[in-house]
Amino acid sequence: MEELMRTLLFLPPQASTMARQVDHLHYFVIVVTMISSFGVYIAAFWFNARNRRRGHDQLTAHVYASGRSEATMIIGFLALFLVWWLIGYRQFVQMAQAPADAMVVYVTAKQWMWKFAYANGRSANDVLTVPVGQPVKLAMTSRDVIHSFYVPGFRLKQDVLPGRYTTLWFEATAPGVYPIFCAEYCGVAHSRMRGEVVVLSAEDYAVWLRDDGRDGSGVGVANSERLRDGANQTGPSQLVTLGAQIAERRECVACHTINGQTHIGPTFSRLYGSWVTLADGRRVLAGEAYLTRSMMEPMSDVVAGYKSVMPTYQGLLPEPEVAALVEFIRSLRDGPVPAGVTLPRLTVSSQADAGDARAPEEEKK
Amino acid sequence: MTTAAQPIDPFEAIEPSYLVAGRTARSWLLTTDHKRIGLMYLMTVSLMLAIGGIFALILRIEHLTPGQTVVDAMTYNRAFSLHGVIMVWLFMIPSIPASFGNFLLPIMIGAKDVAFPRLNLLSYYIYVLGAIVVLVSMLAGGVDTGWTFYTPYSSKAPSAVVPTVIGIFILGWSTILTGINFIVSVHTMRARGLRWMSMPLFVWAMYGTSIIQVLATPVLALSLIMLGLDHWLDWGIFDAARGGDPVLYQHLFWFYSHPAVYIMILPAMGVISEIIPTFARKNPYSYKAIAYSTLGIAFVGFLTWGHHMFVSGMSLFDAGAFGLLSMLVGIFSAIKVFTWVWTLKNGAIYLATPLLYAFSFLFLFVFGGMTGVAVATMSLDVHWHDTYFVVAHFHFIMVGATLTAFLAGLHYWFPKLTGRRYSERAGLLSAVLVFVGFFATFFPQFLLGNAGMPRRYASYPPEYQVLNVVSTCGSWILAIGLLATLIYLVHGVYGGARSGDNPWTSRGFEWRTSSPPPTHNFVTEPPLAIGPYDYTVPEEVIHHV
Repeated sequence: MEELMRTLLFLPPQASTMARQVDHLHYFVIVVTMISSFGVYIAAFWFNARNRRRGHDQLTAHVYASGRSEATMIIGFLALFLVWWLIGYRQFVQMAQAPADAMVVYVTAKQWMWKFAYANGRSANDVLTVPVGQPVKLAMTSRDVIHSFYVPGFRLKQDVLPGRYTTLWFEATAPGVYPIFCAEYCGVAHSRMRGEVVVLSAEDYAVWLRDDGRDGSGVGVANSERLRDGANQTGPSQLVTLGAQIAERRECVACHTINGQTHIGPTFSRLYGSWVTLADGRRVLAGEAYLTRSMMEPMSDVVAGYKSVMPTYQGLLPEPEVAALVEFIRSLRDGPVPAGVTLPRLTVSSQADAGDARAPEEEKK
Repeated sequence: MTTAAQPIDPFEAIEPSYLVAGRTARSWLLTTDHKRIGLMYLMTVSLMLAIGGIFALILRIEHLTPGQTVVDAMTYNRAFSLHGVIMVWLFMIPSIPASFGNFLLPIMIGAKDVAFPRLNLLSYYIYVLGAIVVLVSMLAGGVDTGWTFYTPYSSKAPSAVVPTVIGIFILGWSTILTGINFIVSVHTMRARGLRWMSMPLFVWAMYGTSIIQVLATPVLALSLIMLGLDHWLDWGIFDAARGGDPVLYQHLFWFYSHPAVYIMILPAMGVISEIIPTFARKNPYSYKAIAYSTLGIAFVGFLTWGHHMFVSGMSLFDAGAFGLLSMLVGIFSAIKVFTWVWTLKNGAIYLATPLLYAFSFLFLFVFGGMTGVAVATMSLDVHWHDTYFVVAHFHFIMVGATLTAFLAGLHYWFPKLTGRRYSERAGLLSAVLVFVGFFATFFPQFLLGNAGMPRRYASYPPEYQVLNVVSTCGSWILAIGLLATLIYLVHGVYGGARSGDNPWTSRGFEWRTSSPPPTHNFVTEPPLAIGPYDYTVPEEVIHHV
């Protein structure tokens, strides 16, 4: 039955934990839609056949709806629509809230490509490689116009905006290759802005992690920025370490401590994933979106007890640096000891850096 | 046209019909007669429908193959933008209100004309000016942003965005003037003794539409001005790189454009609310339900814009609230459908072309409306947003419902406008062709959306080809149906049999004067004592109460 419905409706195979339940609601809604529209159509022709006019001046008596019939009808439809809304909203909330143990991949969209940067410093264009059965959270931003990250097999989509981070999480259920489309019109090659998610089994993923990524598609986003800024080429390639360097160079740490002490601004320690009370009484979750917004518009969410003295970093921090900073703050979520030590480490050969040297040219295109 | 030598109606001798009241070009171009203005609008919007339709055919032909078929990607992108802008602002929004609304609203309230006849003529010329500006800038300059002009793409793209939005800004004035005219007319020009709850339902539909036009259009004007400043003077209001907010544009745009959907559908509902009682010879099952749900849609429609933005980045609370309010609009539409069907249930039905179109409307509107509730269901929208599912959904509403109702109205009021009959056999055949062609064009697009094909794709992965080819073939059937309609209607104007004043034996107020009506609509006191849906008394009584 499941397969039959899916095939009849041309839905791609379900490849994420969300896909199956979204499809079930889909079947429910579509079957009711079909029944009501064909029902109304058939009823119209049925009444036409049954109530043919007998003469052009035939007189008819007034017939009015009873209040009860109208009320029944309204309550019936309201109940139906509310059920859809309830199920749909529950699923929507589920889609919005990533599990705490989700692995984070930073996504930068630009006309007309997707760049994926992993916490271990590795990056790739247009190919997102993830392990099966592991929640993955994408922290996404755009360098130019609005794009939209869409994987039909996962039944998931999220707009990717310039100047702020949006997130999308998924857990792939079967190894395979799933197309990524850009779903928001972004210019002449919009329909060519495609990529793919490669879902690997746990073993294959481990192999892939060890591999140095010389598959031709990998261009280190973070590394290329580092090169452009004239930083040490042979330095550590981990995003966390890069983030720590940026925090120092941009003098974030002049106001924000990393050891939990109170200073001019809130400490980075245990900040990520906590609920922050703001000066105006709102409470916000300190996730990628909040952290990015605080860098770009520091006045918008001032934390209670602090003065709004932070300058904006709008236009000063390139997207990869923002990603590195967020990753750095995320690594401090359990306290001053960077959680980064548990991340898979890569031994980056000098060859990798040589490969990254191509990046600046590519950026100009 | 009718000649004075053959009076159909004794009153014709007293005052000639509006068609022959003056025969010079000047008497048409400078007329303040709402009927002539309505007819000029009808011609102009039909021309726009044809132009927009030609671009639609180009888009469909391009999709016959996954890669490039006839046009390159940039041409394709410009063509879908042209198609959208023309169909939305040059056809859909003025279609029924400015043509049939202008023609019928004063007659239906027993008035000689609208409240501000000269303003009415001005709004027509503003519309023509706006249309020329839009068409020239889009055809000569090229715009590829889609009809939605999403920032920051639209504020940065090197295209003729500024002249185009100036054109749309001009068009907005025309919409607002028509809206004000209708609202004031309904409030102040009703014939003596005509109460609000005795007005024809089409008037209610026009009234609801006008309220939306007057309240929502300024917001569009505002957002387009800001977009223009962003593009032209580089103000950066919507540019994130300089602290602007691109999503703000979406909120502003949809605050207009979602209610604009109801500007397109409420008049269609009004047409159907007139046709079904006439052909079923029955009072609407619940007059109040239709009238009040019109107002309900007009007001709640302002609170649902966020359902276009579930994946744009909005809070869970906002998404939930917008989802819930969108469901409420669905209820108002369901009430109307229920009322129409039960009117038929009790009726004495005569199936002619207008009613056949109304049946098509019922099917397509319910299908389009229910899929509208489906895309308002948040988790489902995440998959469907910006795919062909949404394209299919809104074409079911805009073409399936509004264009079908436009055609239904065109056939229903054809004798009223011209005093002639079209070929009923050709009409029924074309109605079937249009329905089949429409269904074949847009039903496969629901499946394409399910399969994940995003909209605005110049090229697409090969697995989507079969459904695209079916859709393209459907568009040809639809085009043939519409072309056939044009041919037999034009033939009807020049060679059709005389219709008499009331060929459908309707009790609608507009049928209580001669067809075509005299310049001042009624030569005597408008005989409106018997209600517009009252089939309990013989026809003779109407003129002698």
